[in-house]
Amino acid sequence: MELNAISIGFVVFAIFTLGGALGVVTTRNLFQGTIWLMVSLFGVAGYFVLLSAPFLAAVQILVYIGAIAILITFAVMLTRSIARIKERYIRTLPSFIVSLALFLILLLGVAIPIFGAHSPESIPDYVASTRDLGAALVDENGYVVPFLLASVLLTAAMIGAIFIARDENA
Amino acid sequence: MEEFCTGLCSILAETGADPGLALFLSLLVGVLLVSGVPLITVILLIWIERKVAARIQDRIGPNRVGPVGLLQTIADMIKLLSKEDITPTAADRVLYNAAPLVSFASVVLLWAVIPFTPFHYGVDLEIGALYFVAIASFGTLAIMAAGWASNNKYALLGAFRVVALLVSYEVPLVFALLAPVLLAGSMSLVDIVNAQNGMWFVVLSPLAFVIFYISSQAETGRAPFDLIEAESELVAGFNIEYSGMKFGMFFAAEFLHVFTNGIIMAILFFGGWMGPLYYESPLIAFAWLGAKGGLIYFTTLWLRNTVPRLRIDQIMAFNWKFLVPLSIANLIVVSFVLKVMQELQLAPRDILSAGFGDLLPTTIILLLFNGAMILYLLGILRKRGREARRESQETRPEFAQTATVAGH
Repeated sequence: MELNAISIGFVVFAIFTLGGALGVVTTRNLFQGTIWLMVSLFGVAGYFVLLSAPFLAAVQILVYIGAIAILITFAVMLTRSIARIKERYIRTLPSFIVSLALFLILLLGVAIPIFGAHSPESIPDYVASTRDLGAALVDENGYVVPFLLASVLLTAAMIGAIFIARDENA
Repeated sequence: MEEFCTGLCSILAETGADPGLALFLSLLVGVLLVSGVPLITVILLIWIERKVAARIQDRIGPNRVGPVGLLQTIADMIKLLSKEDITPTAADRVLYNAAPLVSFASVVLLWAVIPFTPFHYGVDLEIGALYFVAIASFGTLAIMAAGWASNNKYALLGAFRVVALLVSYEVPLVFALLAPVLLAGSMSLVDIVNAQNGMWFVVLSPLAFVIFYISSQAETGRAPFDLIEAESELVAGFNIEYSGMKFGMFFAAEFLHVFTNGIIMAILFFGGWMGPLYYESPLIAFAWLGAKGGLIYFTTLWLRNTVPRLRIDQIMAFNWKFLVPLSIANLIVVSFVLKVMQELQLAPRDILSAGFGDLLPTTIILLLFNGAMILYLLGILRKRGREARRESQETRPEFAQTATVAGH
């Protein structure tokens, strides 16, 4: 890989993403864990910028990093001691096997084209704009069905949450 | 590479400098200017804010250091810088020290997309409006980190209030922000300003402007939404443990955020740099943006020093039961009317090249719809007020009596 701005960016964001992920699973401090999660997600947003998808990058920051603040609030309110968690996760072996298997599948998928062929020049010269993304979401040949399904699912979930949380007497 | 090399870069290249170096230097100057403007402005802003607050409260304000107290902020800065830098022993050291930086950065980063003149802006992002919302979420995070890392219950309570306030008011803010985006057909702030060549968006969608104004006042935590630093309840709020320049950073971030919101509103609703003779010189364009932003900034200061603080339940009820439904309804009305007008060939499809005359039918129809919505809202508000008054009279007759006496 030749050394240019994109490859340097890739390495920097890889450090962000993987380092942050490592921080999440190793820290015993819940608050610092959420901050590490934020660093990791920030690295993913960086990848979207490298792949010429600024809209996704902004949404990644808005939805995930913005929501981290709420996650922290719940963590602080719902846990007894967030700075020094004593409980240890005991199912180490099963989770090790599952994550190793997932990693191997991913590695195979990259090395051998079992999930369909891919070429190094798969990124087209034409950079899709936000307008194209919006058009694809409502285009009948595009993603209109998944888009509608997701909307219905989210609305149903929201109504369900309101129904459960509703005061009976109100 | 050559097409990027304009202005200062081409001047440097003509003197025989390496093209890459010339490009780097010109970009560096641009970055320094864009980040320097807010840093210099904030020093002046603190003086303006204190002077305005003083005049509203019938005081004189800072007037000892320098002419009319202009150098007071510089003196305060030196004082803050030379103060002892305290970190509580039980604090989370890294987060505690990082929070003020993130808080200030979240405001300065906004200036990267602000178009100062038709030709001078940090970067014209295709997703400018979304960037504005995304960066603002860092501010919430910084305050939450500060509140928790201080290891102080008042700081944490203050931080909880901030999260509740900012996350709630972000909803109407974004819905109101979508109105200018819809009208311009673009999220780029440069395009949004250019689209207001024919008509300012505040005329096309006054309701969106009012919602945006209220929500951004809440986003900055200013009165009547200043319960995040309610002195009588929380001592000082999330920044209680901070001292010296670290406190100064939070302080400066808040002051700068208010002014930045004024500038953003000028760009989104008041045509940014547009004004008589703006095409003559970039300086005139810049002056128009500054004047509009400054005027909106002044009204927020006025509001801050005039209204009392609200309770948290009142703020939440106002947001979720009033502002959010209103902003959604407004968005539906604006998008529906605009689409119907476009289908009937009454509204221009390409607003960027549309003049005043092309936009006249759209303006009249949108104004009529906005007026109808405002009248309907006033009716609802009047009914609610009457109910509240009757309720208070029935449950607390003695309170109603004293209120009437005090009213006379």
